[in-house]
This record gives sequence, C-alpha cells and structure tokens, in this order.
Amino acid sequence: MFEQLVDGIFWNIALIVFFVGVTWRLITVLVLRSKRIDYSVARNSGVSGAIMANIRGFYPRKEVSGRIRLQVIAGYMFHLGFFVVLFFAAPHVKFIAQNITGFTYMTIPYWGFIVASEIAFAGLILLWLHRLLNPVTRLISKRSDHIATILVFVVMLTGCMALGEASSELRVLHRFSVELLMVYFPFSALMHAFMFIPSRAFTGVLLGRRGVNV
Amino acid sequence: MSTPLERGVDMLKSQVDARVESYFSSCTHCGVCAEACLFYTETDDPRYTPIYKTEPLRKVWQQNFTLWGKLSTSLGLSKPMTENDLSDWETLVYDGCSMCSRCTMVCPVGIDIAYLIRKVKEGMAAAGFVPEGLQGASERALKFGSPMGLTSKGLLSAVGQQKKEHDIDIPVDVVGAEYLVMLSSNEVVLYTEFLTAISKIFSAAGITWTVSSKYFEATNTGVQMGDSVIAAQLLERLLEVATELKIKTVVSPECGHAYTTFRWDGPNILGRELPFNVVHIMELLDQLRKDGKLKTTGSFDERLTYHDPCNISRRGGVLEQPRNLLNQVAPNFVEMNDKKEMNWCCGGGGGVSSNERAEPLRLQVFNVKKRQLDELDVTTMVTACSNCRTMLEEGLEENEMDIEVVSITELIADHLA
Ligand code: SF4
Ligand code: SF4
Repeated sequence: MFEQLVDGIFWNIALIVFFVGVTWRLITVLVLRSKRIDYSVARNSGVSGAIMANIRGFYPRKEVSGRIRLQVIAGYMFHLGFFVVLFFAAPHVKFIAQNITGFTYMTIPYWGFIVASEIAFAGLILLWLHRLLNPVTRLISKRSDHIATILVFVVMLTGCMALGEASSELRVLHRFSVELLMVYFPFSALMHAFMFIPSRAFTGVLLGRRGVNV
Repeated sequence: MSTPLERGVDMLKSQVDARVESYFSSCTHCGVCAEACLFYTETDDPRYTPIYKTEPLRKVWQQNFTLWGKLSTSLGLSKPMTENDLSDWETLVYDGCSMCSRCTMVCPVGIDIAYLIRKVKEGMAAAGFVPEGLQGASERALKFGSPMGLTSKGLLSAVGQQKKEHDIDIPVDVVGAEYLVMLSSNEVVLYTEFLTAISKIFSAAGITWTVSSKYFEATNTGVQMGDSVIAAQLLERLLEVATELKIKTVVSPECGHAYTTFRWDGPNILGRELPFNVVHIMELLDQLRKDGKLKTTGSFDERLTYHDPCNISRRGGVLEQPRNLLNQVAPNFVEMNDKKEMNWCCGGGGGVSSNERAEPLRLQVFNVKKRQLDELDVTTMVTACSNCRTMLEEGLEENEMDIEVVSITELIADHLA
C-alpha cells in the first residue's frame, strides 16, 4: 500500500509541487516584482556583467580565499559528489530514462558511486559542522537550513542503503525521502540551486553597468 | 496615526523588490560575507556579519512574501517585529557598516548585501531609528544646504580668501560654463587647497567652470541615512542650480558617496534621467591628460600608495583614472595588497563619519588599513575622497603612524607644467 502511494500519488504530488513551486518562485522574481528601470547612464554593458558575475561566482576571490577555505572545499565536495550521483548513478540513469528522457546515457561504475557519495557525505557533514560550530554561521543559520541539510542527508543515506536494490523497502524509503525533499524544496533555502542565477545576474548588471570588474 | 514601528515595517515592506526576493531566496547562510567585512574581521563579533545586518528586512520579507512565512505568522509560530528589534539593529547598520560593499564582491550566490542594508536603513529612518549625529547633519543640510551648517556666505568667504591668497580665479554662478563643480563642506572648510588646485588645473587646461553659491554641497545626508525623501529633496536642489546655470556636466569633487549618488543612485532616487552628465574629478582630470590639456612636470619622489575610496572604485567604476594620474607624477607609487574593487574601506563611509557614537568602533576597524600600510613602508598615502582623507588622518594619528595623506588633485596641481 505505502509502496503504491510512494510510487504513485505521492510521486505525482511531489513532482507537481516541485515544478509549480520552483516556477512560481522564479516567475515572482523575474516578472512579478521586477519593475525597476535603471535611470543612470551605463558605462559598460550590464548583460556582460550579468554573464561574468554568473561565471565569477564559481571561484572565490583571492583576497578572501584563505579565510573561507573550508566552505569552498566542503561546498565543492558536496555539490560535485551529489550531482555525480544524482545524474550518473546507474539506478538514477535508469529512472530518468524510464520516466523522463526515454534514453539512457553514461553511468558511473559502482566504485565511482562509492567515491562520489563519500565525497558528498564528507562535504555535507563538514558544512553542517561548520554551520553548527562556527559563531558566524551558528548565528545566521535558520531552521530551514537545518531541515534542508537533514533532508538531503536522509536522501543520500537511504540512497546508499538502497543501492544494491536488494530490498524494495529501502528503495521505497529512498524515494519517499526524495519526495519530501522535492515538496520542501521550493519553500526553503534549497531554492538557491536556481535563485543564484538571477541573484548573480542582478548584481552583475549593476556592477557591469558601472564598469566595475565583476 | 501609525506608530514608529508600523511606519518602519511598512517602509521595509515597500522595499521588497525582485532583487530582494532573489537575494533572500538564494542566501545559504554560508558566512562567507563576514570574512570580507572589516567590522567583522577586526572585531570577531559575529553580529557584524553583513547578511545579519539585513535581518529586519529579511524578517519582513519572509513573513509577508513567502508561503511558509505567511503560514507560520498566521499560526503564531513566527514572532512579529518589535521596536526593540529595530533599535538593536540601529547600531549594526549605522555604526557597524560603512556601506563599502566589499561583502557584495565575495558572496558566492551574488547577493548585493550593501543594497539590502541600504533598504534596511530606509525602514530605520521611517521608524525614527537614526543616530543623532546623522539626524543633525541632515537637518542642517535641509536648512542651510550643507551637513556642516555651512551657508552660501561661508562658501563665498572661502572663495574670496582663496582668490586673494593664491591670486587665482574661482568662477561663481557663471551661466553656461562647461562644468559645474560641486564641493563637499570638507573642501570648503578643511581642505581649501582643493579649490586652489582645481582652479590652477582648469585654467591651465583652458576649460570653463563654475561653482554655485546657491547650492554647492556634494554630499547627500539623505543617502547616508537611508531616507530617499530627503535624498531626493537634496538632489532636486542640484538639478535646479544646474538647470539655472545651463550646465552640461556636473563634476563630483573628491568625495566617494557624492559621486555614486550623482552618477549612479541619484537618477534612480529621482526616478528619471538627469539632464546633465556626471563625472568624478578623477575622470575629468584623466580625460584632460589624455586630451593633452593637462601636462605635468617633475615628480613626487616619496614612496606612496593609493587608497581606493569604495564609492569611487568598487561602487563607482573609477579604477584606472587615479592610477593613470599617479603614474604621471609619482615614480615610487606602490599598490596595497587588496586594491581596486577589493580595497579595504577607511571605516567612515555610509554616514559613519558623521556618527560620533561610532567613533571607537571606526578607529578599531582602521586596524585593517594599518596592517596594509605596515606592509608597504610608505611615507605618503594619496586618495580621491575628502571623507576618506579625514578618516585616514584620524586613524593614522590614533595609531601614531607618520604618513601624510594627500589629495590626488592637489598633487597634480603641484606638478602642473
Ligand atoms: S556570503 Fe552570501 S550566501 Fe553566504 S551568508 Fe553571506 S549573503 Fe548569504
Ligand atoms: S558594506 Fe562593507 S561594512 Fe557594510 S556589511 Fe558589507 S563589508 Fe561590512
């Protein structure tokens, strides 16, 4: 019964909430509340500023890199490990082919999955410890940051447990945790996964128009 | 009649726009911004974390513009804003932030934190939580035309004195001049050499210029306070005199926030394009140099460095012009380690310099500049903002450092061919 719900109606609800929620949030930013025109005369192109800012944001500035090493390294470990597993783990590729694309593509070998997921776990745990122990992040973190971290952790853990596809219960548990994450996603700090693009673009336009090196 | 708290909250609500929405939605609370802020690095107090300073606006956004926020507020799970919240944040945003926007440059998701802090100040100003020093400065600016209380009479007397002492021409209220030069009160009262310097340079370059006796003040206390209404009133005065004098180009003096206000923020505060061009004095001098109208002779041989005023470089985009000018006269010019768009602030921007209460903190955060200077072993520091100049002089004096602070314009004037 629970398995049917998780594979059926729950999955459909999660998909709808995820897509409608994310789209609605993005529309809110891109259309509904963006009525500002910049009346100052631009020195340089705002569009190239937006593009540069989106690229520039992927690597830290040398002036602060020494002070933020942990966040950068752990951040990259988590994100890279997570995306490799999400898009290239064999069960995920199979699932994507069956439900979305209709075709399969390259998958990582079993050992690759283990390495990628361990890197992702280590990154996530380091980031979480930093969040809890560093006085700055402890002060500024919100409940939703912790909920999001826990949900992602549970998704990754149940995913690893279900990897062998030995037990259907573990697969269902993994899928259910993914559904919870998808429902939570549009209303939480997880939205940064999409919002960083307009966010960097807005600032990039401002700096680009002024002729500041983004 | 609404309460101060209601006025503050309403103002904060009105500040939420697409940028605010995307910025708060993408903040991962990673804490990276703290490492770029001199108020955090020099105090180790996490409350000075840049994004933490925006908390009142974030709270209003979250409670009124997000689904969870609306839900949890209606269920009583999210505490409403109180007057105490606002008064607690007054010192954070007015004393503990110089609006330098260094934090903006390092945020991994690209949040312009300075933009958010500026909006928090709008809420603070609407609720009446503004430091006395700034409040007084803005009252004087509205009443007399300048935050120091300097009137037209004061300007004319300074002009007369400079003319007599240096046998120079300082045109006043000349209709149809190419350039209208605005001045900060600092330059009329404290650094009067600036007027002499531009007079010498402009007469050598053969350009026509004027100052206005009716409204000469370049600084805008409305912007410093975060009060767009006052900011707009002061900007309208500039528009009025520029129109009366048929001016095509307004020159911002050596003042960072004046430049950003005229050139970049002003048109948006007024909601329309300005009917004239705006240039910073560094841009104008560099252009005159390029056109062959500004020729220098000899050199200043002391080992010197350049302090980038945040609003001119990081927020204004005037990065190379002062360096071009310095390279023309200063063979021993050396750069600080963090420079241009990643310079460290003098600590006194964003109205901090007008806020006496903030002085001990400002002098504490000057330590970062001290470290930068200690690495260089210079005898002279040059800058292009009179507010920075005062702040740097005070910081150097406090730390008993024997370094002279000089204006670029004056340095160039001293070496005119
Ligand atoms: S650096 Fe950016 S994302 Fe990180 S806490 Fe500061 S504002 Fe938020
Ligand atoms: S604008 Fe400058 S002083 Fe203000 S929070 Fe950002 S880094 Fe700190």
